[in-house]
Amino acid sequence: MSLKMKHFVIFITFILFSCAQRQASLVKIDAKQVAIDSTAGTATAIQEFITPYQNRVNTILDSTLAYAPRPLTKVDGEYNTSEGNLMADIILSEANPIFKSRTGNSIDFVLLNHGGIRSNISTGNVSARTAYEVMPFENSIVVVELTGTSVLEMAHFLIASKRAHPIAGLQIIIDKNDELKSLTIQGKPFSEKQHYFVATSNYLVSGGDNMVFFKNMLNITNTNYLIRNAMIDYFKKVDTLTAAVDNRFYKIN
Amino acid sequence: MNRRKFISDTAAASIIGLGGFSLNACMQPKKKHITILHTNDVHSHIDVFPKNHSRFPNLGGLARRAALVDKIRKENANTLLFDAGDIFQGTPYFNFYGGELEFKLMSMLKYDAATIGNHDFDNGIEGLYAQLPHAKFELLSANYDFSNTLMDGHTQPYKTYTLDGLKIGVYGIGIALKGLVSPQLFKETVYLDPFEIALDTERLLKTKEKCDLIICLSHLGYEYAIEENKPDDLQLAKKTNYTDLIIGGHTHTFLDKPTIVKNNNDKQTLVNQVGCFGINLGRIDFYFDNAKNRIADGVSITV
Repeated sequence: MSLKMKHFVIFITFILFSCAQRQASLVKIDAKQVAIDSTAGTATAIQEFITPYQNRVNTILDSTLAYAPRPLTKVDGEYNTSEGNLMADIILSEANPIFKSRTGNSIDFVLLNHGGIRSNISTGNVSARTAYEVMPFENSIVVVELTGTSVLEMAHFLIASKRAHPIAGLQIIIDKNDELKSLTIQGKPFSEKQHYFVATSNYLVSGGDNMVFFKNMLNITNTNYLIRNAMIDYFKKVDTLTAAVDNRFYKIN
Repeated sequence: MNRRKFISDTAAASIIGLGGFSLNACMQPKKKHITILHTNDVHSHIDVFPKNHSRFPNLGGLARRAALVDKIRKENANTLLFDAGDIFQGTPYFNFYGGELEFKLMSMLKYDAATIGNHDFDNGIEGLYAQLPHAKFELLSANYDFSNTLMDGHTQPYKTYTLDGLKIGVYGIGIALKGLVSPQLFKETVYLDPFEIALDTERLLKTKEKCDLIICLSHLGYEYAIEENKPDDLQLAKKTNYTDLIIGGHTHTFLDKPTIVKNNNDKQTLVNQVGCFGINLGRIDFYFDNAKNRIADGVSITV
């Protein structure tokens, strides 16, 4: 009896071992993307969990402040775009009074980054929610003083970047070889000997988007005014968003 | 207890067990099926996009994603759900609640793990740390060294999962933070070379952990056409030896279909990314068979 059992144990071990040797092999992969649309159904328990959060956020955000007669996007122009122009113009109009009252100086121009615009503005009512969608980041407006040399460096950065970074208060014209043909600030020809006050985002002056010309800034004023709040304040003042692609930055062919 | 009786009982139990299951399993081919689901760059998008939205009308929505995931889990219990980072930032939910709702909902959907995107630092390392109690899933990052930060000990370089006897190893790779995130936010987080760390980690998962399937959650970005030296998923895929799937993020890339890349061993590997904002769910089904041996390029891939 004892002997038989021993044999059995050895036999079993052998089978188990040989079985383990035969590993599962990957033979087939199916990869696809499933759209999350109305056909997916809705998980009721999840939706019920979300609802109280949603109600509170909606109450605060959804009152209509202005109207967009057509979509504003950051991709409708090569060198400047309707949405980029709107953003840069808002910074100039909303931050300048604050900067002026604090320092006695005026903002010469505005530079933001194309990547900082996180959503387009659809046709229809514009609310505080719109501002959150376009500008979800807690970035504030800062004004830096730059030398003419740094401003020129910035102009070359903008030309080389091939992205329509939002600008306001200055005009850049390039020739067909992408060489700087004309640079005017507040309607006056650029002077390398002059200093300029540039309004931008605290994100960009702290190294964001590799805008290295900000490293040589002469001084900085933090307005502590959130870009998003400037947008909301602007939306409250105007009825209609009229921004469009214009000639603030273009190429002569 | 009588020792002999114990042995005899055990053996008898084994005989029954083998007769009923293991012997058959050996003789008959055993097929196994693992489903990997993934999202990336959801950016706090919880609600369905409005019907008049100019880009994503009536798309996305977390309760819908939950229903879809639930349905797939019912089809195949051997399912894992991952996210490739940038969970935070993009809707007022994040501005109002700091990521609490995102983490709570991902936990309710039973996400298994996520890697950390650059925007997950948007409320600083403290902001991320503060939301950890709401996350019932792992944060995986092999190439961020958090030793000198609050996050120390709260992330893992990789995690393994055993489903239906198959071992699945998953590791996380993050993007260089300099220039993307203010140093005041990421503090003393140290970014390590993503390629070196990925190769070390996948080797460990293959040789030490003996994984049957290796997955990378990457927030490097799909491809950089202009900045050639910037690490991306396509380059990573070419350099790897053992990674079967790279689940990507950061570049918000909508692919017509997952990309098949020849890796360093001349074997096919998959790179996938499903756009952004919870518009899509990636689904990769892996089928295993112990009757067949894996030969070079013997895996049939349908994309």
